[in-house]
Amino acid sequence: MFNLWFNLNPILQGVLKGLAVIAVIFPFAGACSLAERKVSAWMQGRPGPNRAIVPWFAYVPVLGKFLQRLGVFHLIADGAKFLFKEEPLPGHVNKLYFILAPALAMMPAFTTVTVVPFGAYLDGAGRTLPLMLANVDVGLLAVFAVSSLGVYSLILAGWASNSKYPFLGGVRASAQLISYELSMTLSVVPVFLWINAPGTPGTMSLAKVVAFQSLPGFWGGAWFVFLMPLSAAIFLVSLFAETNRQPFDMPESEADLVGGFHTEYGAFKWSLFFVAEYSHMIVGSGVFTLLFLGGWNPLPWLSLADFFGWLRHLTGAAFTLHPLFVGVVSIAFFLGKIVVLLFIFMWVRWTVPRFRYDQVMKLGWQKLLPLAIANLIFYALAIAFIER
Amino acid sequence: MSALLFNLFALFTVICAVGTVVNKNAVNAAMCFLLCLVGVAGLFVQLDAYLLAFLLLLVYAGAVVALFLFIIMLLDVQGKQSISFKSFSTVAAALAAGLLLVGICSFATRGHLDAPNPNYGSGVGAALKPYAYQLFTTYLLPVQVMGFLLLAAMLGVIVLSRKLDAVEGTS
Repeated sequence: MFNLWFNLNPILQGVLKGLAVIAVIFPFAGACSLAERKVSAWMQGRPGPNRAIVPWFAYVPVLGKFLQRLGVFHLIADGAKFLFKEEPLPGHVNKLYFILAPALAMMPAFTTVTVVPFGAYLDGAGRTLPLMLANVDVGLLAVFAVSSLGVYSLILAGWASNSKYPFLGGVRASAQLISYELSMTLSVVPVFLWINAPGTPGTMSLAKVVAFQSLPGFWGGAWFVFLMPLSAAIFLVSLFAETNRQPFDMPESEADLVGGFHTEYGAFKWSLFFVAEYSHMIVGSGVFTLLFLGGWNPLPWLSLADFFGWLRHLTGAAFTLHPLFVGVVSIAFFLGKIVVLLFIFMWVRWTVPRFRYDQVMKLGWQKLLPLAIANLIFYALAIAFIER
Repeated sequence: MSALLFNLFALFTVICAVGTVVNKNAVNAAMCFLLCLVGVAGLFVQLDAYLLAFLLLLVYAGAVVALFLFIIMLLDVQGKQSISFKSFSTVAAALAAGLLLVGICSFATRGHLDAPNPNYGSGVGAALKPYAYQLFTTYLLPVQVMGFLLLAAMLGVIVLSRKLDAVEGTS
């Protein structure tokens, strides 16, 4: 099976790997929509979606009832509903951009995944090698560059709808996303100042960031969230703003803009916006995990290699060091951290009330940006002092 | 394969650039400009200049064109009659385009590029250090001058907008 895989054309291999990653993220993003409903229900003390069930599944004794209560079949029901609904195309819209916008929303989310490492395996020599689609040195810069193109889907959706509320949503989106991009980019610079010690060629690779968080010793093993808490906080707040999550969902704030940029959308096109938002959240949480939460390392001060060395020692089983086993377990650690972050996204959404637009702008330009610059200067001085 | 891709990207870029100039609809023109920038980024990738490609996407495609669209939408340019050019500005534009063309032609025929320094490294990577080093040594003055120009422009915008506020306040 392995030989068959490695004999394939490299381009075909790349396409298959890319499709495999998308095949994980798309349903994952869909499942997030269900999780959102369940979490909100849980926080508001109501049962949430718990009715839909596949007919024959109702006869399975305990499991059927449990899955029904959990609402997992609502996922299938929602997906099927969006697929089979009539696709309304209002007469007053700019058709090209109106249809282009939802597709454009998906593209950056799926493209950024190429440079985000999502797991690791150990080779024979005990080195930890990252699992990723493309290992490029520009790493994080590529993520920022491509995800910054996501703003066009909101702007175009708002403009092409040719009606008042979507238009306001589009205008808000363009200003908000650019404002918070600055603080976001500045907040991660200390991380890269720290990992690019003098004398090294210099890199922005996300895999390198994780490698730095798996070094032995107290300072080496510490996740960057402990070393740079302010950077992590600024990054997380900017991430909320960049993904249009409450309390920053100005472009679609349904209290004052009906539905914001997607007011005129329905059926599958609308659900594409929805899935794109969750895909952005997943990728953003992944980047946050890699930068500040130690990536695929199970615990702070416990690297993946140490963990598996310890597991091998404890069980004595040879399969614990098999690349396939290590890879799957490391991906599980990574996804586990992402799920926790996604829960925090939902937790905040159903706890904190929405900001006013002027508050969003004030927070971005007058609080976060100066804070990010001060943070950068502090760490630049501190790192220069340590490295001296 | 890569030569074909390069030519495709080059053709794509030129078509989009023409579209930017020719389009009457301001939003269409801005979108053409965006695609043009993406095409140039693709060309940079083909030339192994990954850092340049992603910086172009991040700064110009991600932020500057979004601001263009923001301004276009705020002013609502679409739907109004386009203003015809004055004869003076037509002549000046033609002259500037001509000068630019002469410059490019002379560079293509007579100019030469230094061979890339092998120390800077290549391959799938940006080799960020040489960029940063050059930026803070050889090209420090141009960078500072550009920064100063941008600062002047920003101050100008602030002064102008304040003045408008004052006028609106008194009337």
